[in-house]
Amino acid sequence: MKQLLSGNQALARGAWEAGVAVAAGYPGTPSTEILETLAPMPGVYAEWSPNEKVALDVAIGAAYAGQRAMAVMKHVGLNVAADALFYAAMTGLEAGLVIAVADDPGMHSSQGEQDSRRYAKFARVPCLEPSDSQEAKKMVGLAFALSEAFDTPVMVRLTTRISHSSSLVTLGPDRPLEANSTPRPYRIDAPKYVMVPAYARQRHPVMEERIVRLAEYANTLEVNRLEWGDRRLGIVSCGVAYQYAREVFPGASFLRLGMTYPIPARLVAEFAQGVERLIVLEELDPFLEEEIRLLGIPCEGKSIFPAVGEFTPEQVRDCAQRAGLLPVSPEPRAAPIANLPPRPPVLCPGCPHRPVYITLRKLKVVVNGDIGCYTLGFAPPLSAVHSTGCMGASIGVAHGVAKAGITQKNVAVIGDSTFLHAGIPALLNIAYNGGKTVTIILDNRTTAMTGHQDHPGTGHTLQGQPAPPVHLETLVRALGIRYVATVDPYDLETLERTLRAYLEIDEPAVLIASRPCALLPEVRFKRAPMAVRAEACLGCGLCLSLGCPALSQSATHQAQNGRPVAEIDPLLCAGCGICQQLCPAQAVSPQEGEEVRR
Amino acid sequence: MMRANFLVAGVGGQGTLLAADLIALAGVAAGLDVKKSEVHGMAQRGGSVISQVRWAEEVFSPLIPQGEVDYLLAFERLEALRYTHWLRPGGVALINDYRIPPLVVSAGLMPYPGEEVQAAAFASANRVLVPAMALAQQAGSARVNNVVLIGALARFLPIGATVWEEVIRRRVPERTTAMNLEAFHQGWAYIDERGLGWNGA
Ligand SMILES: Cc1ncc(C[n+]2csc(CCOP(=O)(O)OP(=O)(O)O)c2C)c(N)n1
Repeated sequence: MKQLLSGNQALARGAWEAGVAVAAGYPGTPSTEILETLAPMPGVYAEWSPNEKVALDVAIGAAYAGQRAMAVMKHVGLNVAADALFYAAMTGLEAGLVIAVADDPGMHSSQGEQDSRRYAKFARVPCLEPSDSQEAKKMVGLAFALSEAFDTPVMVRLTTRISHSSSLVTLGPDRPLEANSTPRPYRIDAPKYVMVPAYARQRHPVMEERIVRLAEYANTLEVNRLEWGDRRLGIVSCGVAYQYAREVFPGASFLRLGMTYPIPARLVAEFAQGVERLIVLEELDPFLEEEIRLLGIPCEGKSIFPAVGEFTPEQVRDCAQRAGLLPVSPEPRAAPIANLPPRPPVLCPGCPHRPVYITLRKLKVVVNGDIGCYTLGFAPPLSAVHSTGCMGASIGVAHGVAKAGITQKNVAVIGDSTFLHAGIPALLNIAYNGGKTVTIILDNRTTAMTGHQDHPGTGHTLQGQPAPPVHLETLVRALGIRYVATVDPYDLETLERTLRAYLEIDEPAVLIASRPCALLPEVRFKRAPMAVRAEACLGCGLCLSLGCPALSQSATHQAQNGRPVAEIDPLLCAGCGICQQLCPAQAVSPQEGEEVRR
Repeated sequence: MMRANFLVAGVGGQGTLLAADLIALAGVAAGLDVKKSEVHGMAQRGGSVISQVRWAEEVFSPLIPQGEVDYLLAFERLEALRYTHWLRPGGVALINDYRIPPLVVSAGLMPYPGEEVQAAAFASANRVLVPAMALAQQAGSARVNNVVLIGALARFLPIGATVWEEVIRRRVPERTTAMNLEAFHQGWAYIDERGLGWNGA
């Protein structure tokens, strides 16, 4: 039976069929559904670790213990886990280790779009790249086999368009239940696994020699395929770009590389000799292009196709036409309608982050922010986040800003999942080094941005086991912070009073704004939506400055001053009542009995 | 062999992912090769979102080339306008007659595009406005407006209603099955009563 699976689901299924015993990761679009799919499968231990470095260490440990293991992350997660990647590449393992990493060309949901193949080369580990879901499933199995045959971690690189596209997959047999159930003795081998300089010096040559053997083996791999067609045009491609190549250049010759590092030198040479014009079509960096040039084979790639952003089929076609690879289309494509009002992502109605931002905006402090839903506070009309870099950066950056000295006050703002990911050492640093910065932890009891994953503060694990929820106040105090308060962000008055007080004291302080994400099933649709009494509304627009999607200007105008009156869409309103607290005319109140309609 | 490209456009949170799933599963049930592409994550937070589904004997690119969309399913009127140039001439746009003003509009900084813009935008396509919110409410909840639109779309395709019903049964939570099936029929009937949709030719 064929099933429609996303690349992420297929990869999880493939790992399961291949007998993965332990899998660890940290959520990150577009990689998140891999572990979510794997977690309920029988015979697998799967966890959300607090961050990607811990996740990779866990997977490495399992592979040291002789069980197939997988670590899962998005591209920037591999930056966090890079230290672990490099030692694992040195030591090798006792059983297969796969690192599934999803890049995000076009930055649909990321702060950058780096090309993870560079890490594969940097750490001398092979990299496999599927072109659809069926291949995502198949390549994990291949990755485990290669990992064990060559004693190396293997990277499987996905991109957003592979992760989040679904296509038909033929499933393999379910795996036997008893797989991996017996513990094995831990094999002691200090020269291989203890990376002190003396032993590490012995391992580095092993690593270099291994990649040479892998490059030779690549020539025989079935996932590296020659597809001969019209020999005037030869296209080397990989990943989703190969699908665009098939769509845009029907009839051309293709070399589809399923292993993009190391590349198969003989196969590439054979292909290059067999075609008149050699083109490389790959998203992001000119990685294959550079590798092919290093073989002394001339080719064209980024002189024709862009090195930034995500490819689209029509863009590939346009570039090909400009380069004379295709005849020019007679009719230009229709243009989009100009000047439509944009609709960027926004904080949801009822989002507990919003009241914190309106308070910070009111107090006119500089906000060193972080990564999560709450990053959206940067946008007008809130305009209350002034720097965002990578996960956990807020607290260190805010401390640096304060130590350098500025004329305004500044605070760090960080989500609960992000704080547990990389914020703790930075807060410890403030306490240790006499910082005075105020840190606000936006504790919405979940990892919201990536779709509500559990974390060490939520009381549950990925596989649904109860877990001791970390107590943020106690944790913060243990780091050496004396001023800590937990407030409900829906209580605007207490929030502002506490924040004002903390900004005045001569010590570091932490304010925990605690209130579950408005989209969590246990709170969603639980409060009656608000309504505006048109006759009472002054049209002052204060509520509109909340940037709440449920609020807008209505067609009705205020009788005295002619200003448009506000209205609330009851289907969107979450009933948080922040606009009610803000309204100077008491024109907003809950519309009882409305819940049933939604 | 039938082939078709579908673009589903809406505002994050409106249920576009479910709609795209249903189209993809119906294609599979009809024995076609299918690819579906969507975006998760940040874009889902109340922003403009699209999903794409392709049916054919063999599908390569998961993304539809611009200008090759046969059916545009829009959950909101402004979002329909954003993707008019993706439609092929003669393509069909099924649009939920519903407006969600984006923040720039609610704040009074930009106007919501008027009726003239909307009509002109679809000059070379067949535009059908579907009162999906009202029809969904008749089915039991405004939230199933996505399945109303699926019903309307289904009436344009040479695949029987029973295939769609089966797919809906498999895909939606059991306690909402009846409501979703009713929503599907509301959408189907809306097109049928107007003499639109596939005429068997
Ligand atoms: C290193 C790294 N890993 C993962 C991500 C993906 N990601 C972005 S924000 C976020 C978590 C946000 O959770 P939280 O801090 O609780 O904020 P919320 O979205 O709930 O407001 C994640 C996992 C990332 N950007 N960088």
